[in-house]
Amino acid sequence: MSRPPSIYLDNAATTRVCRDVSAVVVECMEEEYGNPSSAHHLGISAERRTKQARALLLGVLGDPDGTLGDVVWTSGGTESDALGVIGPARARGRRGPRQRHLVYSAIEHSAVRESIAQLCRAGWDATEVPVDCHGVVSVDELAAAITDETQVVALMLVNNEIGTIQPVADVARAARARSPEVHIHCDAVQALGKIAIDVGELGVDSVAFSAHKIHGPKGSGAMWLRRGVKIDAMWGGGGHQDGLRSGTLNVPGIAGLGAAVRLADAEREEHAARWAGFARMLLDSVRAAGCRFQQNGAGAPRAPHVLSLAFAGVPAEPLLHVLESRGVLVSAGSACSERDRRPSPVLQAIGLGPEFGTVRLSFGRETTSADVDKAAGILVDAVQSLS
Amino acid sequence: MQSSHSAETPPADAGGAPPRGLIVLRLGEIFLKGRNRSSFVRALVANARRLVAPLAGVTIEPAHLRLLVHHPPALERRVIEQLRHLFGLHSMSPAVGTTRDLDAIGAVASAEAARLPPGTTFKVETNRRDKRFEMTSQEISREVGTRVVRATGLPVDVHRPACVIRVEIGAEASFVFSRLVPGPGGLPVGTAGHVALLLSGGIDSPVAGWSAMRRGCTMSAIYFHSFPYTGDRTREKVLDLARKLAPWHGPLAVHVVHFTDAQKALRAHGAAELAVLLYRRMMMRVASRIGAGERAKALITGDNLGQVASQTLDNLAVVEDAASLPVLRPLLTFDKSEIIERAQSIGTYDLSILPYDDCCQLFVPRHPVTRARVIDLVAAEAGLDVGAMADELAARAERVMVG
Repeated sequence: MSRPPSIYLDNAATTRVCRDVSAVVVECMEEEYGNPSSAHHLGISAERRTKQARALLLGVLGDPDGTLGDVVWTSGGTESDALGVIGPARARGRRGPRQRHLVYSAIEHSAVRESIAQLCRAGWDATEVPVDCHGVVSVDELAAAITDETQVVALMLVNNEIGTIQPVADVARAARARSPEVHIHCDAVQALGKIAIDVGELGVDSVAFSAHKIHGPKGSGAMWLRRGVKIDAMWGGGGHQDGLRSGTLNVPGIAGLGAAVRLADAEREEHAARWAGFARMLLDSVRAAGCRFQQNGAGAPRAPHVLSLAFAGVPAEPLLHVLESRGVLVSAGSACSERDRRPSPVLQAIGLGPEFGTVRLSFGRETTSADVDKAAGILVDAVQSLS
Repeated sequence: MQSSHSAETPPADAGGAPPRGLIVLRLGEIFLKGRNRSSFVRALVANARRLVAPLAGVTIEPAHLRLLVHHPPALERRVIEQLRHLFGLHSMSPAVGTTRDLDAIGAVASAEAARLPPGTTFKVETNRRDKRFEMTSQEISREVGTRVVRATGLPVDVHRPACVIRVEIGAEASFVFSRLVPGPGGLPVGTAGHVALLLSGGIDSPVAGWSAMRRGCTMSAIYFHSFPYTGDRTREKVLDLARKLAPWHGPLAVHVVHFTDAQKALRAHGAAELAVLLYRRMMMRVASRIGAGERAKALITGDNLGQVASQTLDNLAVVEDAASLPVLRPLLTFDKSEIIERAQSIGTYDLSILPYDDCCQLFVPRHPVTRARVIDLVAAEAGLDVGAMADELAARAERVMVG
């Protein structure tokens, strides 16, 4: 089947690895292929690569010397979230007959939700804190959910479906005021390279990142961990990374993450301005065409790369298919369970009705104004043909 | 590693041919077929050869009402796995061949029995394919059984043995075996004519197609695709279901009918509560045309009486009225649980339960009619050239080979 050339507006799902990054990855595969644990020069040069990546990531996080914390390299956002939620829970659950309770927001990524579900199956209790209709959690409500028994709080920085920014720093302050010992984990997978991140400012204990959302390779991620915070490893082995994550370091992936972080940070403000313009173009088009729609998360601060539009009376899946058939690649979501498809917990959490079909358009460094202009026309056509 | 590996490899048989394993295949209902028997056996052999073709060094030899499969010993499990897809096969047994000499048979039977746990009760059963053999079957069983007891000390129990060691005496050789692996039964694919299956992404239609193949039909499938309401994932899922059926059949044609425009026209033209019946009547017309082009003698559907509103007796008749080929419904009287069980055993269930969009559910009211009449449908279709629509849909269908 021949397909029209694609306009890729699904950068929140994943991104194309950019040339500068893949060159670094290939170099680490073909030239500097040593094991960083080896004592010889190939090992040392590989280790140097990981140190450079560490410095790049810490620099972007506002902790260039690693005085506040350090990086644990992982296989991606999911593993970082598991390590940041289950890791501290296990470390504390082991100490003795302490109470086992977790608090998390209703719009967490499934990596966090499922980690919490796993703990609940092992006897933990958890409280889900709702969000308002704009998709933002209330600091007071979340703080109120924290009890003397709470060990871990999980709150994402930027939501992956609607792009809303959560008041993580305020929540962390309020949480510490209630319970100084609580571990606060933050999923910042969609925030990295999109908004400024300062781990000192955030005041959390662990933060999850992924490379492939910022034009880096898949299978590579990181978790920032505050100094002195105790967590359990997910598995044992050769004791790499202070025993927190055994397994030979994925040097190509780590170096690729570093290169992608450098690029994303250097270009962040420029792209943020472009992406905000793209969102306005799309909004203006659907508004001008008289489509019945709402912008999810419109009343909240948002990351610039995600635009979530809910169209009244338009089924999400067919809309996705029509867009795809005309070359526009996006993600779909719906608050209701049509047949046996799983509804989106995020769209349910913001109270979106079942009559709305949602598409998420997300931008990357390669997205052009011409692409978005063309996509806007196709989107309007598609919505009108399905209304 | 290399050296220890090669040390474990048994030395090649000094001077002789490499050792060969043997599996005896027993035919199912084919033995009932008087004058057609040879064509049934030919089809069965061809299908068996197709199934073992990917396995190097496996040969199939027809031997009267048996097929003998000769294979490199290491491939036994994979040969059996492949031949589980052979319709017309009643059962199969890994066997050891030997001469017709009683001592030789006794030695092979003893070796077979020696693999049983100590104390296992057994008996010997004999089948003389060559009735000219100088002893009766019972005499042979007794003689062989005595030798096994002498060699292994296992106790004989002729009434409720834990293991039956079977001996078959042929014209020139004999076989000994104790394992019986059931085959799928039925008739060899290719002996009952061609049918066209209306295949969806659901649980029922793949099972209906499998059932038709089991009675010897060759088959092609027809899938109605309603892009964008059914996405390309659904289309891929239906092709995957057809791929699951292919081992039983051989490569299989799937016709993808692009149905959306016709559906919209039908929906706009007729009353909402007749929509599903209008769609299904159009499917019958299109499937009949595609089927006729392939010399199909019937259409196969996954219809199941009373399962959904379009499957009442009244509505089945209304739908069938539009078909120009006989409509066969292998699952008509099954319980859903029986269909699910079958889908699980043929391996389509896990695919079928993946989310998919059913094109019949498009633009459809919550309460469709359950007792429609043909005259109502004919009236609803008046003013539409349904024949020309069907011609057009059939002509524009895409043909995809799978398997």
